[in-house]
Amino acid sequence: MSIQTKRILGRIVLYLLVLVIIVVTVAPFLWLVISSVSTKIELLDRKIFLIPETFTLSNYEALISRDFIPAAVNSIVVTTSVVAISLVLGVLAAYAYSRFKFWGRGPLLNLSLFTQMIPPIALIIPMYIIFKRLDLINQRGTLIVIYLSLVLPYLIWIMKSYIDVTPKDLEEAAMIDGCSKLRSFYHVVLPVIKTGLAATVIFAFIITWNEFFYAFSLTKTLDAKTLPVLIYDFNSKFGANYVMSATAGVVASLPPVLVALFFQKYIISGLSAGAIKE
Amino acid sequence: MAKASKKEERKRAIPSADPSEKRTFFDRFLPQFLIAPSTLTIFGVLLFPILFALWMSLNRITFQGADTIYNFIGLQNYTALFTSDPWFTQSILTTLLFVVLTVTAEIMIGVGVALVLNKQFIGRGFVRGLIILPWAMPTIVNAVMWKWIFNAQYGAANGLLMNLGLITENINWLATPRMAFISILIANIWKETPYVVLLTIAALSTIPDDIYEAASIDGAGGWKAFWSITLPMIRPVILILAITKTIWAFQTFDLVAIMTSGGPENATNLLSYYIHRVAFKMNRFGSAAAMSYSLSIVCFALTFLYIRIFMDDGEGESKKKRRFLNLKREQLMAGGELE
Repeated sequence: MSIQTKRILGRIVLYLLVLVIIVVTVAPFLWLVISSVSTKIELLDRKIFLIPETFTLSNYEALISRDFIPAAVNSIVVTTSVVAISLVLGVLAAYAYSRFKFWGRGPLLNLSLFTQMIPPIALIIPMYIIFKRLDLINQRGTLIVIYLSLVLPYLIWIMKSYIDVTPKDLEEAAMIDGCSKLRSFYHVVLPVIKTGLAATVIFAFIITWNEFFYAFSLTKTLDAKTLPVLIYDFNSKFGANYVMSATAGVVASLPPVLVALFFQKYIISGLSAGAIKE
Repeated sequence: MAKASKKEERKRAIPSADPSEKRTFFDRFLPQFLIAPSTLTIFGVLLFPILFALWMSLNRITFQGADTIYNFIGLQNYTALFTSDPWFTQSILTTLLFVVLTVTAEIMIGVGVALVLNKQFIGRGFVRGLIILPWAMPTIVNAVMWKWIFNAQYGAANGLLMNLGLITENINWLATPRMAFISILIANIWKETPYVVLLTIAALSTIPDDIYEAASIDGAGGWKAFWSITLPMIRPVILILAITKTIWAFQTFDLVAIMTSGGPENATNLLSYYIHRVAFKMNRFGSAAAMSYSLSIVCFALTFLYIRIFMDDGEGESKKKRRFLNLKREQLMAGGELE
């Protein structure tokens, strides 16, 4: 076989592999989307199709009448609060960990990482008893505080690794010009680490929006139930309603999926920053 | 002596505009003020419960109306797990099998896909972008999606296999023990592999091309180059992935809760799900706490291993670690500048 044919064969194999990767990645989710715009009758016919014969948005209309709005509001309120609060607290702490040496710095950093490795199942049992005692079950505020504690260590690590690689000279120059530490951080360092900020916001958003386990264990009614819990209900309470859960699933997936697709480069940058010591 | 040098270091870390200027109380404890809110949140919400769980695991816990009654029974909850709870031991075995299979598959497939996506081809950026889709989806939607796909009568999996002529009769994916186990494996691998791909691609991009060129001049291409260059270079990332993925796999809950409820015949009764049921369905909070503590100890051991290998202790770094961190830093800087 000549080198030329070998090369062409290599390209063909490569493109075939890429095609397989695309299909395997996209097909399951695509099927979910197709299911959500099809009629039940057509789905039960069990043919695999790409475009439903009768395209319908009636499933989405039905969704609105089924507790969807209050659950979505809960999800939005909880997620926005967690993202905003964790960003401020996380950046300040990351700055302190990166730029100052102080008593307990190393152990505190390691310990906060360690908390991330505690299995949620080990936490939910005592949490449930404690929050029940304090009458804090089924409240958005409870979820917000728990999510903050989950998201913060992660954000601090990512932000710290971004601040670590920012040269100190800039800050020092600003401080010689009379800026205080915090001011020089705000005006000099923050603009430089924009990528890191974007990455952390995206992470906090995706982690919080997608969280199911704690929400499932600690919410009872639509006062606090988030979208993932509602989807669980569609699956159990109303006797596994596939079309409804597909539709709600698509809606719940769109925000994180779109954010991830559009801001990919931040995610990859954040993942590699966080993974060193995540 | 050590203290003095630390103090000096602190001064050197950020020189103030005028060294003789008297520092205010706020200034002196600035780092403590900065970390206080997040530290209080993290440790208040996580550390207190995990200590409380230890106490719970040493008690028989009963409920009377609104009151919770604790009877201290020492290690009885723990001994009972291994002597009188066959479901627990079975659940451990099921979980171990699940963890080993899913982590191995994720890493092998993930590295393979990353190697393909590291080659030059038209539309590479686009395909690399798509890979992120399963990772970004909520786990609960993933579970619902696969439950629908694996539905015996109307699911796409059977539909596809039937159309392709590979089967003539519906497979009862979620109703037979072995197939149910395989189903949650597939669902989990599909969701978790992209993370491996993304990190491996990032690691691959740090390997300079001239190493390969040099190797190919020496006659080492293809497999040989993979074993002697690529694999050693991405080894640290694979190690990180192996440990973190193992810890996460132990925590799989959503898939089981949605797809199988632990059945059939306990074939998918993973630990996190079983413990949750013992606590919230059977109201045996003491036993559940003991189980979750046993599970935690495994995760802590893995974390400890991870810290020993990779962590910055806050003051110094081991040689190996430093080499890897520098690599990562360069890459970060490069990424930052490109944007």
